[in-house]
Amino acid sequence: MTANVSIRSVTQRYGTALALNNVSLDIAAGEFVVLLGPSGCGKTTLLNLIGGFAEPAAGQILIGGRDMVGVGPAQRPTTTVFQDYALFPHMTLADNVGFGLRMRGVSRPERRARAEQMLALVGLPGRADRRPHELSGGQRQRVALARALAVEPDVLLLDEPLGALDLKLRRAMQDELKAIQTQVGTTFVHVTHDQEEAMAVADRIVVMNAGQIADLGTPREVYLRPKTLFSAAFMGEVNQIAVQNGQTALGPLLPGTGTLLIRPECIGLTGPLPLGPCTVTDAAFFGTHIRAHVTPLAADLRLTVHLPQSTAIAPGQTLTLFATDHHMLSAP
Amino acid sequence: MRVLSWLYLALAYAFVFLPIAVLVAFSFQDGRLPVPPFKGFSLQWYDKVLGDSALMTALWHSALVAFVSSALALVMGFLAAHALARVRLPGSVLMRGVLIAPMTVSYLIIALGLLTTFNQAGVSLSLWTAGIGHVVINLPLCFAICYAAMGDQQKNAERAARDLGASEARVLWLISAPMLAPALGAAFFLSVTFSWDEFIITFLLTRFDVTLPVEIWSMLRSGLSPATNAVGSLVFLVSITAVLLMEILLFLRPR
Amino acid sequence: MTLQRAERRLGWGLAAPALLWTLAFFVLPFLAMVVLSFAHMEGRQVVQGLDPGNYIRAFTDWSQLNALINSVEITLTVTVISVVLAWPLAAIIAWRVPPRFQRLALLLAVLPFWTSYVVRSYSWLLVLGKNGVINQALMGLGVIAEPLALASTRSATVIGFVHFFVMLLTLTIYANLIQLSPNYARAAQDLGAGRWATFRHVILPLTLPGVVTGAFLTFVLCIGDYITPQILGGNNELTLPQLIMLQMGRSGNFPMASALSVVLMAVVTLAYAGCSRWLRLDRI
Repeated sequence: MTANVSIRSVTQRYGTALALNNVSLDIAAGEFVVLLGPSGCGKTTLLNLIGGFAEPAAGQILIGGRDMVGVGPAQRPTTTVFQDYALFPHMTLADNVGFGLRMRGVSRPERRARAEQMLALVGLPGRADRRPHELSGGQRQRVALARALAVEPDVLLLDEPLGALDLKLRRAMQDELKAIQTQVGTTFVHVTHDQEEAMAVADRIVVMNAGQIADLGTPREVYLRPKTLFSAAFMGEVNQIAVQNGQTALGPLLPGTGTLLIRPECIGLTGPLPLGPCTVTDAAFFGTHIRAHVTPLAADLRLTVHLPQSTAIAPGQTLTLFATDHHMLSAP
Repeated sequence: MRVLSWLYLALAYAFVFLPIAVLVAFSFQDGRLPVPPFKGFSLQWYDKVLGDSALMTALWHSALVAFVSSALALVMGFLAAHALARVRLPGSVLMRGVLIAPMTVSYLIIALGLLTTFNQAGVSLSLWTAGIGHVVINLPLCFAICYAAMGDQQKNAERAARDLGASEARVLWLISAPMLAPALGAAFFLSVTFSWDEFIITFLLTRFDVTLPVEIWSMLRSGLSPATNAVGSLVFLVSITAVLLMEILLFLRPR
Repeated sequence: MTLQRAERRLGWGLAAPALLWTLAFFVLPFLAMVVLSFAHMEGRQVVQGLDPGNYIRAFTDWSQLNALINSVEITLTVTVISVVLAWPLAAIIAWRVPPRFQRLALLLAVLPFWTSYVVRSYSWLLVLGKNGVINQALMGLGVIAEPLALASTRSATVIGFVHFFVMLLTLTIYANLIQLSPNYARAAQDLGAGRWATFRHVILPLTLPGVVTGAFLTFVLCIGDYITPQILGGNNELTLPQLIMLQMGRSGNFPMASALSVVLMAVVTLAYAGCSRWLRLDRI
């Protein structure tokens, strides 16, 4: 119950606006892929094209090697978990989860059994006769997941499924989502704008910007070795230092021309790449770390650094800092 | 200010209920005229009215026209609202305008237009022609109520059902209609009420098979009579029972 | 693009019954009526043509023009009085009546709304008639010696209309008032506005959409109504609908009736244009 998805040179327009610009992407069977990007980047458009809620202006979409042109959402081997869950308010949870099977002509007792099984899978055993309005947001989200999985789709599409939950619940649901995906083995395509969520669940992250793919890779690759400045900045805070023929404002650090990227937590009191003495302008305790802004004596620059909890630090103090890890993005 | 408010409220209620109170009170008049002085309590006029076969036939006609025309208007209005809320059609704004338009035109004009057309087409007038007119006035109402009730929640649920393999007919029957049940109920109830009470279209578009308002109208020609009071009181009783029932149903509905 | 085409076909299919019905039984009849309004009568025979005579007559023949003037005067009077009476009623229900009784108060205030329209006009005849409740009461108290001529006057028509439309307007204005956050008034008072200034500059403008929507509805329903002026106003001074019915019934002059109907439509359209800025017809 899994299939690969192949997106080939897909372009989509809304009026004159270009929502997707010649996007190609291959998703392996059983892979958990996250489409990540700011609102309006085209990630939801792409999801809708895979689900069959719209058709591309140009290009091809193949699921399990089959061209999906002219195939409606009902006939596609995909199901969707919608952002607002779209549970049927007038039906019990069993009827909600069994709806897809009902449409496929499965008998009532069989549907019931399957629904109870799916509800147990998502951690809601014994609630089959409740109605959606009796549930909390997190529970509704689970029912929507159970409903979409009940018909054993080859590809499950998730449209910001955790967006409506509060932060704590969202982090808990991420772990469960990942566990369920591992258990059922279905291809998951998940849309979000939350990079932490993306890293928590994804086998591979697709960073999108302005209708194009800005970066693509495992969470580690995308975070530590981004291929574009957009991707680097979107994945989290990053210090950018311009490099011109091996020269920077801090003196000669690295050969080449481009941008040197250093994450705040990759700056410390020891490390392979010396950044020189810096003056602390401000510092604040963040629980897991101390966050500070520093200015190198050598340059008019402001760096953000995350230092260990135990570091004794005060504004005005001078520290000699090093980069423990860095990434050079060469100018094209 | 506070005292003034309550005084105003009392006066307003008095004004609103004055004619109805007089109507009901003098339906029990033991005499030939439904005006003061009150000559004593009698149920003779109710007896007369309930035994009047012309009135009872008119009552039946009213119910028939109201229910059939409302049902037809509801089905067509619901389907059209579903289509226009869901599918982006070229000219859908114009279509919405056309569907709503009869609401802004006086019933007299609608009736006159239909009468002209029926005359030219050689269609003879009957309850059916009046029923057609009633669908014309109730269709925009049903359409507007259904259209307004179709929110994002509705559209997303329909989309989810389609995604899970439901055909359009099953989406309508299993998702849209049950989710819109309160709006559909309200639209039907309002339609029946309007149709039940409608006078001018029925007056102009029927010949022999009249409805209750038209029958009451012809009773007025013979001047004031407690019999008219009795009919009016009965209609009032039926209407407020229906309204209160609706109100209680809405009130008890689990949210 | 095939999916989209299938969608569209389905959309058209679902909308078709309602659209065709409206076209066949509303748009076409209306156009037929407009065409007929340019015909004229020779004896009892309708002669089709492009004759503006009916319209010229509608605005030059005093008996026809008078009906238009009467209708507009009565309708404007009714609309203004109804708004002025209904606003405080809606406000008292929204602000003074405890919330749990508001629904009941509103239900009571509009209960006679649900009686038969014909019967409601008739019942005012019992109150205003020559030996009706008011005259009998006043004579009983010795206030007057002779019964007042209340029925079959313009005042009777206006009272009958106001009775109906106060109920309607109370509903639309209440619906508008109840949506207003009390913080608007609090903010205004907090910024130093007095009671009157708060009402004049904050509350009243905010309720304008409800008022205008209700007033427009009142205007449309009132100017097109035949029953109330016929029962309560009698035949002393005709309104436009009465004249239309008269042209149709007594003289069988359908072309003239059609022309007068088009004039009626035009007046409503003018009213719509006049207040379309504030209208929220989708909210009715």
